[in-house]
Amino acid sequence: MAKTQPAGFSIAQYFTCLTGIVWREGLRFIHQRERFISALVRPLVWLFIFAAGFRQVLGISIIPPYETYIPYEVYITPGLMAMIQLFNGMQSSLSMVYDREMGNMRTLLVSPFPRWYLLSCKLLAGTAVSVLQVYAFLLIAWFWDIEPPPIGYLTVLPALALSGLMLGALGMLISSGIRQLENFAGVMNFVIFPMFFASSALYPLWRVQEGSPMLYYVCLVNPFTHAVELVRFALYGKMNWVSLAVVGGCTAVFMFGAILAYDPSRGLSRRGPAGGET
Amino acid sequence: MTELANRNTLNNPAEVAQPLGSAEQALSIATLSHCYGARRALDNVTFAVMPASFTALLGLNGAGKSTLFSLVTRLFGIQAGSIRIFGHDIGGEPGEALRCMGVVFQPRTLDLDLSVRQNLLYHAALQGIDRREARLGAGEVLSRMGLADRESSKVRDLSGGQMRRLEIARALLHRPRLLLLDEPTVGLDVKARADILSHVRRLAIDQGIGVLWATHLFDEIIADDDIVVLHHGRMLATGKVGRVIDDAGTRDLHSAFMHLTGMSMSPGELAS
Repeated sequence: MAKTQPAGFSIAQYFTCLTGIVWREGLRFIHQRERFISALVRPLVWLFIFAAGFRQVLGISIIPPYETYIPYEVYITPGLMAMIQLFNGMQSSLSMVYDREMGNMRTLLVSPFPRWYLLSCKLLAGTAVSVLQVYAFLLIAWFWDIEPPPIGYLTVLPALALSGLMLGALGMLISSGIRQLENFAGVMNFVIFPMFFASSALYPLWRVQEGSPMLYYVCLVNPFTHAVELVRFALYGKMNWVSLAVVGGCTAVFMFGAILAYDPSRGLSRRGPAGGET
Repeated sequence: MTELANRNTLNNPAEVAQPLGSAEQALSIATLSHCYGARRALDNVTFAVMPASFTALLGLNGAGKSTLFSLVTRLFGIQAGSIRIFGHDIGGEPGEALRCMGVVFQPRTLDLDLSVRQNLLYHAALQGIDRREARLGAGEVLSRMGLADRESSKVRDLSGGQMRRLEIARALLHRPRLLLLDEPTVGLDVKARADILSHVRRLAIDQGIGVLWATHLFDEIIADDDIVVLHHGRMLATGKVGRVIDDAGTRDLHSAFMHLTGMSMSPGELAS
């Protein structure tokens, strides 16, 4: 019985908890085909339509990590990989705070493990799902002649894990800070689009600098730019140390802030008076 | 109303929670208050649940039952007062406190697309129970709740009553000594309700589990039960059901509740 249990948990038990949370997120992901397909369609539309249209307009010079001239599709692929993670991070984090997943969050939060650990596991699980989505995208992109070196598929994994974690934590931090948020559209307009467009995802920063020095600095301090560049370099087996430092630092800050700001009463107290559940 | 509450509390010193030396109490709540902004959801609530007992938390919608559950399960932070589970303070030692506790929330919290077994294994992982042990435990709690033959079924294919029994099975998986259920029979037919009620009562008797059962249905409570009457966030009475009825000077629990709350309503209206 419970009386004989020693106080606290062993490292093995912490690991059991983590694998359990990731395993469940994976199972849910497999069962929700619509979510998977819609997460895949978005970047593919960009790749197949937007990139095809813009390849004639935008010329790309040889910039690291590329060693030859590259078509525009190849340039925006890392940006689209990060975009998948951006959407995934915002979506899963929002549902953690608002009542859509409240039932499941309750089950999670009555676990006796420390709350910071549970939330971190949940973020890791969301990241794992986003990484799967990115690999599915890369598979389809391969048939579209986006062929990074084979080793790149391996070296990009830790970069994706870190950038996924950063974006998930950012999503959680944002949703904790915003008082009224009726739907996902608000986050799209005020967070996802500005972050995505003011970054190096669609155009190299030197081109931005030519057009608007001001915007160039905005892009430079945008953590999403560094997530894109980290992924871009890693996909070609190279390391961008500045981006690694920025993404690593932002991950730590966002996670710390998100865990500190996470308030499970938010989703409930909003609903409380209306639903009568008090 | 306040006088009545005080009188009932004072008349039953044995049932009043003792914040100190309360290790033998499964759940001990002392002077608990909680506000949502200006609205006071709980006001100075004090009571205890003993091991191997069935305690009904009776209150209408909006009485503060769910707020109380959210506080006991550490979902919300405590603003004023204290909550101890087998002596462990939920604020100070939440891990140890939560380990002793199984919870069935009012809204369904199962993954509908996953199988019965998968739901249980997930919960086991959240308790730090390894896979092998979890599989054994899952079989055990499922047969205890009469769901042994549904282990591989998708939760979506279960009936409402079966889902509730699964949630109870899940709450028992880590062998808690305190079981909290927040209106577990809402939306179920008469047979499923009676079924679940008898299952849970047996747990208190056979396993020595302390049960806190929140409800607004008078017919779920019997004379031997312990009861806590909650109304607009205030605790109006606590003790054995028979004693609460006697103290109110009425014939049955329904009349006692009317008397305590100063309301006049038919049982039918209340049940709805």
